[in-house]
Amino acid sequence: MSVQVKQGQVRASPSFLGKVVVTLDYGDRVETLEEKDGWIRVVPPAKKAPGWMHSSALSEKRIVLKAGKKEAELAASSGELALAGKGFNADVEAEFKARNKGINFAWIDRMQDMTVPPDEVQAFLREGDLTPGKGDGQ
Amino acid sequence: MTLLRRNAVPAFLLLSVLAGAGCATLDDATKLGASLGVSKGVVTQEQATSITKVTKAVAKTFEDITPEQEYYIGRTVGAVIVNRYKPYPDPGANGYLNLVGQTLAQASDRPETFGGYHFLILDSPEINAFAAPGGLIFVSRGMLRCCTTEDAVAAVLAHEIAHVQLRHGLQAIDSSRLTHALTTLGAEGAKSYGDKRLADLTKDFEGSVRDVTSTLINNGYSRSFEREADAAAVTILARVGYDPAGLVAMLGEMEKNLKPGGPDFAKTHPSPKSRVEEIERRAGAAKTLAVVPSRQARFQAGLGKL
Repeated sequence: MSVQVKQGQVRASPSFLGKVVVTLDYGDRVETLEEKDGWIRVVPPAKKAPGWMHSSALSEKRIVLKAGKKEAELAASSGELALAGKGFNADVEAEFKARNKGINFAWIDRMQDMTVPPDEVQAFLREGDLTPGKGDGQ
Repeated sequence: MTLLRRNAVPAFLLLSVLAGAGCATLDDATKLGASLGVSKGVVTQEQATSITKVTKAVAKTFEDITPEQEYYIGRTVGAVIVNRYKPYPDPGANGYLNLVGQTLAQASDRPETFGGYHFLILDSPEINAFAAPGGLIFVSRGMLRCCTTEDAVAAVLAHEIAHVQLRHGLQAIDSSRLTHALTTLGAEGAKSYGDKRLADLTKDFEGSVRDVTSTLINNGYSRSFEREADAAAVTILARVGYDPAGLVAMLGEMEKNLKPGGPDFAKTHPSPKSRVEEIERRAGAAKTLAVVPSRQARFQAGLGKL
């Protein structure tokens, strides 16, 4: 499978509380070993030690970073390939900005900088007496 | 040459008219259209086969949008929203909102998006919340004032996260734009975009962003999308350990505060009362929401000034 997010974290255990052992790039290919509750145990590129990624970070499609003409045609006609950096991308956003000067993206960039480290989530759960899975017995 | 061009025009028109239809329908309709063309002598059998083949290749739906492209659509949808509604810049309040939101997003069925989930308060008395594709989520001060506990705030955010998880925003995009844009992509190959190609693609992009923002701000989603989002929200809340009764409590407050004919949830969402009825029909009558002291203290510290 391929990493379909900007940064794909591989964890020691199948949980967001698991320690991040390696971070993969968009388009990196991984081998899959097993699946458990939405988590997939993967072998990262260069046969690094296996770890767990959430399935939503992975795609069945092969993500091609630098597509040739043949791959572009194949991506358009079949579902097996996805082209990275093509279609609605940074160039299109730049063109949109040039045509819509009144629309400011500064707050979007600031918003994307608002991140929450995993240990803060863990503390937030603990301090708020929140026990995952204990909500209504589901 | 003249003959060929005359033959090509009706077939092309046919395709563009049909492009708004769904995927399977489009394919079938094209076959039908192409064979009609043959029977009327407008296109040859060979041309008809080729039209069918090409259309099959280009009929695209929201499912063909990669998370990376979803991310760019979402950024611009978000930019349109923050340019219409001013952000509420308080770092403490936004930090708290991001803590609650991130905790919930990790418990959703789609915890990872291309650029991750991020949350921002809008400085507006309207009762409103928006989820841009890919995970940029906006909540108005008016909406947060309908929340008297952290569990209620969590319910608002879980509903918006559900819209992202279910990719409701992308489904508002007219599929003909996607067919056009994603075909441009196939034809282009490895070359960087020429000026014309980039202009075309940007036009499709602007149209897609407009489809999403007008749905979020003016028209609202279908009742079934809202029902799905409420059901997914209840699941997310329960997984984290929040009381799903927070959603019902929040909707009760909203019912009291919504002004009929308002430009906000009064216009874009089913009535809070009908949402509560639907939630209780599925999950049973909600208990009274218990106030948890540890959560209440940080809720007051984070959002008490709103």
